[in-house]
Amino acid sequence: MKEQLQNIKEQALAAVSACTDVKDLDGLRVKYLGKKGELTAILKSMGKLSAEERPVIGQLANEVRQSLEGFIADKQAQLKSALMEQKLKREAIDVTMPGKTQAMGVRHPLNIVLDELKEIFRGMGYTVVDGPEVEQTKYVFDMLNTDEGHPARDPQDTFYITDEILLRTQTSSVQIRTMLENKPPIAIISPGRVYRSDAVDATHSPIFHQCEGLVIDKKITFGDLKGTLEMWAKRLYGEDIKLRFRPHHFPYTEPSAEVDLQCFKCGGKGCSLCKGEGWIEMLGSGLVHPQVLINCGIDPNEYSGFAFGIGLERIAMMRYNIDDMRLLYENDLRFLSQF
Amino acid sequence: MDLSMRWLNDYVKADMPIKEFVDEMTMSGSKVETYRKMSDPLTNIVVAKVISLERHPDSEKLWICQLDAGRDEPVQIVTAAQNLFVGAVVPACMHNSVIADGTKITKGKLRGVASNGMMCSYAELGLTKDDFDYPVADDGILILNNDPDIDSFKPGMDICEALQLDDTIVEFEITNNRPDCLSVLGLAQEASAIFKTPLNYKEPEFKGVDGDINKELTVRVENTKLCSRYMAAMVKNVKIGPSPKWMARRLKASGVRPINNLVDITNFVMLEYGHPMHAFDLRYVEDNTIVVRNAKEGETLKLLDEMAEPVKLSPEMLIIADGKKPIAIAGVMGGEHSGIMEDTTTVVFEAACFDGVSVRRTAKKVGERTEASSRFEKGLNPVNAERALKRALQLIELLGCGEVINTVIDVNHSEYVPEKLKHDYKWVNEFLGSDISEEEQIDILKRLGFGYENGEITVPPTRIDMHLPCDVAEEVARIYGYNKIPSTIPKLSSQGKRTPSQIFEDKVISLALALGFYEVMTYSFISPKDYDLLRMNDEDKKSVVIRNPLGEDTSVMRTSALTSMMEVVRRNWNNRNLSARFFEIAREYFPTGDDSLPVEKDVLCYALYGAGEDFFTAKGAAEEIIAKLGVKNVSYTAEKNNPTFHPGRCAKVMCGDKLLGYIGQIHPESAANFGVNTEVYCAVLKMEVMFEAAGDEVKYTPLPKFPSTYRDLSLLCDVDMPSADIVAVIEKNAKHLEAVQLFDMYTGEQVPQGKKSLSYKMIMRKKDSTLTDEEADASVAKVLKALEAAGVTLR
Repeated sequence: MKEQLQNIKEQALAAVSACTDVKDLDGLRVKYLGKKGELTAILKSMGKLSAEERPVIGQLANEVRQSLEGFIADKQAQLKSALMEQKLKREAIDVTMPGKTQAMGVRHPLNIVLDELKEIFRGMGYTVVDGPEVEQTKYVFDMLNTDEGHPARDPQDTFYITDEILLRTQTSSVQIRTMLENKPPIAIISPGRVYRSDAVDATHSPIFHQCEGLVIDKKITFGDLKGTLEMWAKRLYGEDIKLRFRPHHFPYTEPSAEVDLQCFKCGGKGCSLCKGEGWIEMLGSGLVHPQVLINCGIDPNEYSGFAFGIGLERIAMMRYNIDDMRLLYENDLRFLSQF
Repeated sequence: MDLSMRWLNDYVKADMPIKEFVDEMTMSGSKVETYRKMSDPLTNIVVAKVISLERHPDSEKLWICQLDAGRDEPVQIVTAAQNLFVGAVVPACMHNSVIADGTKITKGKLRGVASNGMMCSYAELGLTKDDFDYPVADDGILILNNDPDIDSFKPGMDICEALQLDDTIVEFEITNNRPDCLSVLGLAQEASAIFKTPLNYKEPEFKGVDGDINKELTVRVENTKLCSRYMAAMVKNVKIGPSPKWMARRLKASGVRPINNLVDITNFVMLEYGHPMHAFDLRYVEDNTIVVRNAKEGETLKLLDEMAEPVKLSPEMLIIADGKKPIAIAGVMGGEHSGIMEDTTTVVFEAACFDGVSVRRTAKKVGERTEASSRFEKGLNPVNAERALKRALQLIELLGCGEVINTVIDVNHSEYVPEKLKHDYKWVNEFLGSDISEEEQIDILKRLGFGYENGEITVPPTRIDMHLPCDVAEEVARIYGYNKIPSTIPKLSSQGKRTPSQIFEDKVISLALALGFYEVMTYSFISPKDYDLLRMNDEDKKSVVIRNPLGEDTSVMRTSALTSMMEVVRRNWNNRNLSARFFEIAREYFPTGDDSLPVEKDVLCYALYGAGEDFFTAKGAAEEIIAKLGVKNVSYTAEKNNPTFHPGRCAKVMCGDKLLGYIGQIHPESAANFGVNTEVYCAVLKMEVMFEAAGDEVKYTPLPKFPSTYRDLSLLCDVDMPSADIVAVIEKNAKHLEAVQLFDMYTGEQVPQGKKSLSYKMIMRKKDSTLTDEEADASVAKVLKALEAAGVTLR
């Protein structure tokens, strides 16, 4: 019986060693260690043995069982790990292949710029105000000191619906409405579409966007206008940006200033972007003309204020190197997807 | 305004480097566009004298010429010109020189003979016949021997200096409010203030000869509103001829072609004083009478500008007439007939003040916006009219080209009094936020030509822009320097915040972006034909119409954002972008009547097409957005009658009893009209309706503690029965229902004709205990019973 046990052990070890499959291994386990297995059969026949032999053989049988169990467990782990390895190898992919395109929404570049402007001015305490695009002539011109006969009112430049109604040429009309409806202090920006009778080409569009600003309060000064626009420019273009204020004329501001930005491409040395001047004309601004305040029922002896108008297209085009304004309104996917 | 620096230096010393000059002028408000040397690009061309001429040995036409060009040795140049002679003084291009058209001249050989340059014609110097006050050859070399300044011409002298081309032309962009700067004197005043150098100006004077102009000319001003002052002077025995070089060059520098001395004087004075003048030949002033009046219906005038057709005049136009007919359009242009000619002997000079708006309108109507009209339209003052007239008469005497009668006619109805303004230096500083001393402020104002006495300034007549204290502040600020005023930040008491509707709009945008839509921006005016492309009803085509559009395709304000959206789809489809999702928060414009503003409403408009897109992805997008906005009570019903959409694939979206919008497939015919032969799905959802119905803040629902149970129902119903009706029945009758989901739809052989099969999953759950099978079955049984009543059976 001893020999029998030894034989079983040797056979089993040889069989397990040669086994390459988890299922086969399980079969071997059943064959040798199962309820009807060979080892079990031997243990069952132990009753025939003498009282002396029984513990010796019993111990041996247990040793064989333990050793076989351990061996099979090791083999099982070994086989599983090999199996996993194979699987992983099979599943390997070329990670340099491109990812799958995801449906991503993209904001229009003009609105990316506008969102930034809104955030800058809201941060300074301004409210964003909207108003009608089809507007009364008096809000766009008359109340802004732009009398009949002023060239800006010419039908060559302005789209008219009737004599009294037109497509606003500037969002200053929103400022007028705000001043008529609210008492100072006022701090608003009025972004929106404006319309001028320019044929479409690379640098002109009959519809474009402005972001105008207005502040009315006691003792608002020209210095306040300068400081505000300098802060705006720093937020948009970085701390090192330089501005210069150049006297100009607008009917609705006095004093009036055009604001030039030191060319951010060449740093003022002169390049193709700034046409060699070192400065880029950015926006118009000034202290609100007292007549405009009076027109809106605000006493210019008590209050003063400043106003400015920023063109969105200009900022967006310079920022993204867009050389043709038409791209902004053509909405070609291949253009929009770049932002 | 093109300014000759030579001319400017007549009145103010401005000899600083040109860069400094233009920078300072620009930064004080007279913006310089560009500047250039008048002689550009002429280089290395000198005055030379012909020493000898001999025939070229191998040519019958060529001459070998030795020139004294101020060098140690004579310069040999070979030429084909036939008008040379020994002693001729000519312009000679030396080796490495540049002529007017940019051609570079270098030495070379002509038929084997060395030629070390080129002699040139007036054209090669960029000049015309009119630039000379003596005859010059059209072909051949420019011979300078008749030049009045010949004595000062030395061989080797730069030709630009000799011909007074050594001038710099500065081009200014003058703002509307400063017509005074459309003149040499106005800019000289500015330069004087900026560079702190005195203005050398003396009131013009003339001697004149005794005579009474009133005996020979009558002036009658019928419309004194449009002509506040009319002055006339007379010059007899005029000698018409070319202007002297200095005058011709100054005109040329200013972009005005010299014509003859009399005409040139009027242009010269206009440029110098900013006040246009006119000259009439007395022979053609019939009845020796000048009438300033409105034109009569039917009158015409042939203008001086060589236009073939006479201009039709109309009664609102102010004209200058003689006793019988119009001879000039006031402030715009003179008539051809009464203009100055070679044989003119007696000239009437006009200096007048015409109403600016009237001149502008007339100039526009007759299509002649001239140097004169562009100055008049900004408003000119009567004082300067008189100065201009005197300056013209002074120039007549200076040029010796006529006898000035020493009396003038002056019909003066102007009520001009010099404007006086208070100057309060403290207020100026408060207003600007500056700290400029009283002394410095006064000095600035005086340098600008303002009178100053006891805190009051007197505005010079040419400064039409000065009326208010803020105007004074601007003068101080711009000469002091805008950029020297310290920058400050106003202390705002307001908070920057978004309004509820702005928060709402931002949310809609971020939801659309999250759903993979590309934002577009479209023109809000469209062609009325676009409505037809979308098969829209007449009722919906009523638009705000632009009276003066750029073209038909941008002539009405859209009543539907879909028109613009389909343009976007068209472009992208044409550009082979085979699938896309676009959205825009777009404005629509609805007319309310002729005298009132239209109603402007924003919509969320989106379009999607291409692989994987169908009605249900379009609807799914709307559902996601509507759900996330917390808009409740939204229902979708089949819409068969919206002509823009596919009649079987369009849902009308209602929010309670308000129309929220439409979702559907664009009618294939409409899509084809836009050149798109794929299925395009669009939605238009009203922002205002969604905003008003948008829910309160989100309150979280606790996660369920007990498991749910579900039952699948495969139902059979009529093919045209809306799913929504079945869902409504289920929702109404089911107990413990958490959700009901459609997961399959089938029509075909497996179901009877005219029927379809819809499969729903009913998900049920109890809050406080596990739902038993019995409870679930009871709920389903109740639902099935109710469905049966509605004609829906279990399959």
